[in-house]
Amino acid sequence: MATIELRQVEKRFGNHQAVKPLDLTINDGEFVVLLGPSGCGKTTTLRMISGLETVTGGSIYLGGRNVTWLHPSERDIAFVFQLFALYPHLTVRQNITFPLQAQGESQETIERRLAEVVRLLRIEHILDSRPGKLSGGDRQRVALARALVRRPAAFLMDEPLGALDAEFRESMRAEIKQLHIDQNATTVYVTHDQVEAMAMGDRIVVMSNAEIQQVGTPAEVYHDPANLFVAQFIGSPGMNLVKGHYIGGQVIMPGDNNRYNVPTDWVPALNRATGGDGDVIVGFRPEAAVAASDGELLGQVYATDMHGAYTVLHVNMNHDDIVHVRSNRRTTYPIGTPVRFNLNPQMVRFFDPVTGQAIRREVVQ
Amino acid sequence: MSRVTLKHITKTFPGVTALDDVSFEIQDGEFFVLLGPTGAGKTTTLRIIAGLEKQDEGSVEFDGEPVDDLAPPDRDVAFVFQQYSLYPTMTVYDNLAFPLRSPLRKLPEDEIRRRVEETAEKLRISHLLQRKTARLSGGEMQRVSIGRAIVREPRIFLMDEPLSNLDAKLREALRVELQHLQRTQGSTTLFVTHDQIEALTMADRIGVLNEGRLIQVGTPEDIYDRPATTFVAQLVGTPRINLVEGMPENGSIHARNSDLHLPLPGNLRLPSRFLLGVRPEDVIISPDGQFSGQVLLTEPLGVETVVHIGTGQERLLSLVPGIAEWQIGENIRFDISHDRLHCFGLDGSRIQA
Repeated sequence: MATIELRQVEKRFGNHQAVKPLDLTINDGEFVVLLGPSGCGKTTTLRMISGLETVTGGSIYLGGRNVTWLHPSERDIAFVFQLFALYPHLTVRQNITFPLQAQGESQETIERRLAEVVRLLRIEHILDSRPGKLSGGDRQRVALARALVRRPAAFLMDEPLGALDAEFRESMRAEIKQLHIDQNATTVYVTHDQVEAMAMGDRIVVMSNAEIQQVGTPAEVYHDPANLFVAQFIGSPGMNLVKGHYIGGQVIMPGDNNRYNVPTDWVPALNRATGGDGDVIVGFRPEAAVAASDGELLGQVYATDMHGAYTVLHVNMNHDDIVHVRSNRRTTYPIGTPVRFNLNPQMVRFFDPVTGQAIRREVVQ
Repeated sequence: MSRVTLKHITKTFPGVTALDDVSFEIQDGEFFVLLGPTGAGKTTTLRIIAGLEKQDEGSVEFDGEPVDDLAPPDRDVAFVFQQYSLYPTMTVYDNLAFPLRSPLRKLPEDEIRRRVEETAEKLRISHLLQRKTARLSGGEMQRVSIGRAIVREPRIFLMDEPLSNLDAKLREALRVELQHLQRTQGSTTLFVTHDQIEALTMADRIGVLNEGRLIQVGTPEDIYDRPATTFVAQLVGTPRINLVEGMPENGSIHARNSDLHLPLPGNLRLPSRFLLGVRPEDVIISPDGQFSGQVLLTEPLGVETVVHIGTGQERLLSLVPGIAEWQIGENIRFDISHDRLHCFGLDGSRIQA
């Protein structure tokens, strides 16, 4: 297994900048997810790592070796696509062993490695079936087995769950993560689904507009988004973002008398960022807003969502400023009910409305 | 708006029974969601109500009057499809007025103006009325699309997966708009979806359809808390409900392949083998929990974390608040909420007290 290093890697198609120069190091054994909306450059980045796409600039290192201009087959990388590229006329067994036979491995090695991946993916019972007869989940297991059996230096996966039904996605998500824990193979995984990214990644690389917005653990991108894009993109619903005006330790929020007292540990940072008097965006996750009869902030119930285990209240603070508040599912609120709520001081964040960047408490050196 | 009743509707297409003796009633002003996988018969039901498809048996009534012999335009239903299409060169006003200007309706212009302005007000798009739709943001366009569906006052709205082609964030926003609108104007709505979140969050009542049969009708709470079958139990809720094989043992329940022993819920009469269902939020990790297990895997989702717990030969999913940092292989203790157990026969149907 190997470290993957991208140094100032970029891609242009004519005048179109698909990926702006980026630096990224994926550690040996790490599971890194490239996450972003379609057109953000995540798949192009993956394809440049694989060699299916050439770089316009920069270099790529795999295990310390410069592979920038090597053919895909010389990079020792396995690629798993959204659509399981299996040979329909071969059995599952033949599909899996094909890459090893092509590499000229001995029959003994082939049998041993086959037995390993078959046990790992629990596909003994379908070894003699042909792909056409299998469920989507089983086909994806076979595609994974075929990638694993080669023992490559790294795995690249491009939306491998994208073609599966919701019911398979959830279980395959866990299976791929389990596989990673057992194998510890360096993996780069591309998806547009933030739930998948959060659930699977050791670290997440959030991309938008052909560049990296943030690199961090699931907890980092969730609790400390670098900018408004990440704050909105991560979470379902995303972070509540409310425009306000900061002055004298308070933020004047939309609605009547919505003066929010800023947690004291934020005051110096906000004084610094606004010059003591200026606009800010207040960000908080739905679970950071707690309904309370003596709550500091006030709004009216706009809609109530029952999610099974919990309820999300949509609270209108003012015209078009609707925030999401997570609530106990047993409480019901008719539309228009006034609701007071407090913000958990540990979970409040602030953003600069002009640059969209997060305001940090600590001074950046 | 109307009350809509389906009585013993059966519909077969060559080789398949699309609907098999389906009966239910949508109350006046109710938001009714038909939930089921692809091929369940949801769209066929909508089309039969609209008159676009003719049932083989049974009858459709609006306010107690059969409409089976009425042609689609005479039924006065509004259909909202997966894709909304707006006229890009027309203003928002003209897009909203379009359905009212239909030759069939012959409404006077001042009546049209009144209705368009009222609709725009409800959707908070009054300030956009003179703008061309091509110049709107995605969210604004969606509001106009809804506006065009609701500007008429039909007897029922029939919505066929109207949100399924949108990206996740827009879908969420629009779901809230639709729900708010339906609650405030009390329109009778039949909404069809395969997405359990849409069903739970928007419905007054849900009808679960599978392979042409209506399996259960109930409020979201009924469906989630008292699923009639294992199919319904697995269809709603993410992550999915845990299902393990159970057997009665000295007045308690023993989950096979594990050391889980639980008190018998209520006065259930359980067969010698059955399926025990436990929702992931009812598996509670706690240092002094009754049972022991090992962390197999964690999936942090943000607001909560799915923890896969190995206990005996079973894998149980638990939902823990926040981003929980457990080590793989770590020994933990947990409890199971006794009052929220679900028992099903091996045929999948719920065992009732």
